[in-house]
Amino acid sequence: MNLNKTLAALPLAFRKLSPRQMVHSPVMFTVLVGSIVCTAVSIQQIATSSATAVFSLIVTVWLWLTVLFGNLSEAIAEGRGKAQADSLRAARTSVMARRRTRTLVPAGGSGAGRDGNEEHEEELVPGTDLRVGDVVICEAGDLIPSDGDVIEGLASVDESAITGESAPVIRESGGDRSSVTGGTMVLSDRITIRITAASGKTFLDRMISLVEGATRQRTPNEIALNVLLASLTIVFVVAVMTLAPMANFANALPTPVVLVALLVCLIPTTIGALVPAIGIAGMDRLIQRNVLATSGRAVETAGDITTLLLDKTGTITYGNRRAVAFVPADGVDQQVLVETARLSSLADETPEGRSIVALAEADAAPQDATAALTPDIEVIEFSAVTRMSGLNLPVGHPANPTPAVLEVRKGAASAVEHYAKERGGFLPQELEEAVLKISGTGGTPLLVATYSGGRAQVLGVIHLADVVKPGMKERFAELRAMGIKTIMITGDNKITAAAIAAEAGVDDFVAEATPEDKLAVIKAEQEAGRLVAMTGDGTNDAPALAAADVGVAMNSGTSAAKEAANMVDLDSDPTKLIDIVGIGKQLLITRGSLTTFSVANDVAKYFAIVPALFAATFPGLGLLNIMGLSSPESAILSAVIFNALVIVALVPLALRGVKYRAVSAAKTLSRNLLIFGLGGVIAPFIGIKLIDLLVSLIPTIGH
Amino acid sequence: MELNILSLATQLAILIVVLAALHQPLGHYLAITFTSHRHLAVERGLYRLSGIDRQADQHWKVYLRSLLAFSVVSILVLFLAQLLQGVLPFNEGLDTVDPWVAMNTAVSFVTNTNWQTYAPETTLGFGIQMMLLAVQNFLSAAVGLAVVAALIRGLVRAQTNNLGNFWVDLTRGTLRVLLPMAIVGAVVLVVTGVIQNWGGTGIHTLATGAQQTVPGGPVASQEAIKLLGTNGGGYFNANSAHPFENPTAFSSLFEVFLILVIPFSLPAMYGRMVGDKRQGYTVLTVMVAFWLISTSLMAWAIAAFSGSGTSVGEGFEQRLGVAPSALFATATTLTSTGAVNVAHDSLPPLAGGLAMLNMMLGEIAPGGVGSGLYGMLVLAVVAVFIGGLMVGRTPEFLGKKIGAPQMKLVALYILVTPTLVLLGTAITVATPALAAAAPAEGPHGFSEILYAFTSTANNNGSAFGGITSSGPGMATLLALAMLLGRFLPIALVLALAGSLAKQRKIPATTGTLATHGPLFAVLLGGISLILTALTYFPALALGPAAEGLLK
Repeated sequence: MNLNKTLAALPLAFRKLSPRQMVHSPVMFTVLVGSIVCTAVSIQQIATSSATAVFSLIVTVWLWLTVLFGNLSEAIAEGRGKAQADSLRAARTSVMARRRTRTLVPAGGSGAGRDGNEEHEEELVPGTDLRVGDVVICEAGDLIPSDGDVIEGLASVDESAITGESAPVIRESGGDRSSVTGGTMVLSDRITIRITAASGKTFLDRMISLVEGATRQRTPNEIALNVLLASLTIVFVVAVMTLAPMANFANALPTPVVLVALLVCLIPTTIGALVPAIGIAGMDRLIQRNVLATSGRAVETAGDITTLLLDKTGTITYGNRRAVAFVPADGVDQQVLVETARLSSLADETPEGRSIVALAEADAAPQDATAALTPDIEVIEFSAVTRMSGLNLPVGHPANPTPAVLEVRKGAASAVEHYAKERGGFLPQELEEAVLKISGTGGTPLLVATYSGGRAQVLGVIHLADVVKPGMKERFAELRAMGIKTIMITGDNKITAAAIAAEAGVDDFVAEATPEDKLAVIKAEQEAGRLVAMTGDGTNDAPALAAADVGVAMNSGTSAAKEAANMVDLDSDPTKLIDIVGIGKQLLITRGSLTTFSVANDVAKYFAIVPALFAATFPGLGLLNIMGLSSPESAILSAVIFNALVIVALVPLALRGVKYRAVSAAKTLSRNLLIFGLGGVIAPFIGIKLIDLLVSLIPTIGH
Repeated sequence: MELNILSLATQLAILIVVLAALHQPLGHYLAITFTSHRHLAVERGLYRLSGIDRQADQHWKVYLRSLLAFSVVSILVLFLAQLLQGVLPFNEGLDTVDPWVAMNTAVSFVTNTNWQTYAPETTLGFGIQMMLLAVQNFLSAAVGLAVVAALIRGLVRAQTNNLGNFWVDLTRGTLRVLLPMAIVGAVVLVVTGVIQNWGGTGIHTLATGAQQTVPGGPVASQEAIKLLGTNGGGYFNANSAHPFENPTAFSSLFEVFLILVIPFSLPAMYGRMVGDKRQGYTVLTVMVAFWLISTSLMAWAIAAFSGSGTSVGEGFEQRLGVAPSALFATATTLTSTGAVNVAHDSLPPLAGGLAMLNMMLGEIAPGGVGSGLYGMLVLAVVAVFIGGLMVGRTPEFLGKKIGAPQMKLVALYILVTPTLVLLGTAITVATPALAAAAPAEGPHGFSEILYAFTSTANNNGSAFGGITSSGPGMATLLALAMLLGRFLPIALVLALAGSLAKQRKIPATTGTLATHGPLFAVLLGGISLILTALTYFPALALGPAAEGLLK
């Protein structure tokens, strides 16, 4: 929050003074009414040159500032989205679309309906005229006019307008990468698109209105909080309104300005002023991380999630199996196995092959890893029949110490065993056991064998396994501490799934899962009263995404998935689900903590104002002036000023959110209760005293 | 005034030991009473006689309607009987009661308030006292038990609209809990010297020739339920300061015990009914903490008083002294009892203020029979809401979500009592004819009015006795405060119970805010203090604080 942004938000803050807008916040509306009353009283006092006119005027100014500060916090929060919205809007400039109208039937031909662009007639229409179901054609350099699915062709698309990611992505018909977004640009080739969103309801439109806060609806939790705040406001309105006759009974009737000051100090203005800003900032934090939520409600629900459904591949593990260990046969040197394994995979361009080379190069002493793929080496490609791959090293090759051609092979255990036995070798007992052991833990064993001069030898086993991404175990432990259960979903068999689940530390797993299984798991969890979040990208994920309490679709996914989900991750990063839960929690924590702070503030304000009200009539009440404030006027004024300034002071916290840690509820509560509860009781005593020291310097106020 | 700290500590210690020994067994018994499916023969007979379907499980609206209908009929019967006293039996020669007084008294006893705007000795014979007022002392307490049982069922049950059967709860509370306990209590009171006879007021001539008026009556049997049911309406005008109601230091301590025993056992019932004793212990801890702190402050406020106000101290019962008075005054205002063994009007100003503050807390520590616990549980909902937000979850209370519908009911509940107290006081002080009911000058006069509305809106019944509330204006205002102060909160609590019962239960995880343990106790205590008592700060400043804080 810098000065420029604050100044930029000022006009909006003034515009929000309109009673029609203010009435949505009962707390701030009460302050507005109070300010108007005080203004009238002040004018009357100035007209009659009353002795208290200066005091009334200053109080009135600060009451107006209180209202303004509240609006300013909301305006600043909204302003943060503005810049983003403007850049998005630039992408929404009017586009002319080439709409396919009808299919031409070539004379005498019968090719209608078959692919072939020349068989269709086109017309140029403004992008805003497109309707759902229209089919348009985009070529390199065209802006895609609206959201849709690619039904023909393949193209690279620049989606930087939406994701901020400059590398182009491939969009093609069929499969899970078929959706395109209006406002993005086709960089190459030509695609035919069926429009899935009408003008004004596209992804981009939704995003703009979200970042601008235009469609911000109050979330259930916000409504509940507002009910509590309204009730506190009414209680204090009653308390202050009835105080007038009571004080009159004691012949100590304060001026209306003083009563309004008391009221404004007692009602929860701090949280009342900051509630909208907290909500907007919560959405904003999500957008900062490139996640787009369809509603604020979804963000809030994210904080309540108790079960996370996570796809194994891509979320918990890297997409492919990787080499994790080399197990040599008895009597074979580890270094020999490592080097041979590396040789066997030199020409293997599959991810598994590359991972073997990478692991070998990490394991081997640098000077040993010298052999490179030279043209004289014969490459044996993998085939489904042999289920092996490898190299034949010619005689005299530096990596071939034997006098004959050296055949190096790696492959499925049974295939390599067969290969070795055919050539007079055998599979040593210990390797046979290693193979069984690796299979048993869900890994894939690959045997490495050599054949040279009529002698085949099985050197050892390469252990391929799914590798859990670093840090996942810790994150799952954090989630468990927060009371969130993780369920891993995988197509693997039970053994493999169990091994990965144990390694990653997830609470439960579903093996050999189909999309229907996902839906069943979600239903079962919800039946037990839990709230479920999941990520997905495919069309077959759509029912599960829709059923989940929080469904996060990958931006790279199909439009069906995006339509069903209530959030879209523009970076298509499934692990972000964990961050989303954190953002949801942070939103609620910020609200709760500031409410506590606001309510706790009242204690000190009573001690400032009540003695000031009545000490003249009942000198004994001066004993309640434990802060030693210099005069009744300065006491009241200091409380009002503190009340206004604390809003400004807490705006950065409201926008940033209260620091959130993944610990148990008890720890979070004790920490926040200490900071915002106890702190909320103590801080105003100090703040009001300090302000009083300054205010009492004003003539006629400090006496 | 002189305070014997050793005496206070001993009496407190005895109370703590006895209550600690009894609250779990009694709580267990109460839980069984409100969860058992068996009906006693006498109950079955009663249900058949009154045409009640004992198997019926009532929707919260039906439960509430039954409760309201029962209460309205009770008020009418009580009102008419007082008007007809002249022709009813056992009237001890007393005639019809003034209609304003009768109306106020009828409302007062049905709402468990027992605000007495009449002097019993000269107004009501033991016919009305025994057959109508004492019956209401049982029934109004049983209504409180029924409401809290329904609220707990709302927390425990899932996906239902029904909260149990009001008629069954009312019958069981009366027959299985209050009646046997009252019999035992009455016997003990007789042993301590409380009178129990059928004699009316007799005039005896002493040996010296002087004549002495000695009242009689079935006092012990009235006394036991007056305290057990946190009712507070005395057989005599002087209430428990009268030697025939409270003859010795031991009977005084026993009476404090009777006041506290059921309210302090309800948390144990709650813990058992929700299947987690820790929940009960946490609520109990908060109640006990308030009780001990308040008792200590009360003793201090009395002991520290060194002023010489004419009325201060005159209402202390010299037989008992300061320690039993401090103990009694705190227990009676922290519950909804309102029985007194010291005239609260003559407590030192700060002590009188403390008695008001005790009631202003909402009478939750431990509070009236039933009403104390449901008041505390409503505040627990607020604590859960704010605490739940602070841990980043949509708040849940025992697996039930606290959303906007629940908060609306809770918010209204919080509004009711302060509005009644403050509005009633403001109207009275703004109307000279009404304000004249409080004879004292300056802040003390204001305190008398504030106390009257605090006591009636919270259904306490004790008074700063200087005030005259028998005139039409005050009698009506106070009766309204009692009626609305009793039945609006009950309606809101039952609606809350209904909205909770409807929900599905959410299993607790480590991410759920625990509603047991010291942390939640601190939160609950803080919320109770800030949300209830603080509202009255300015009003208290004008009354007791203005009178008691002297430079």
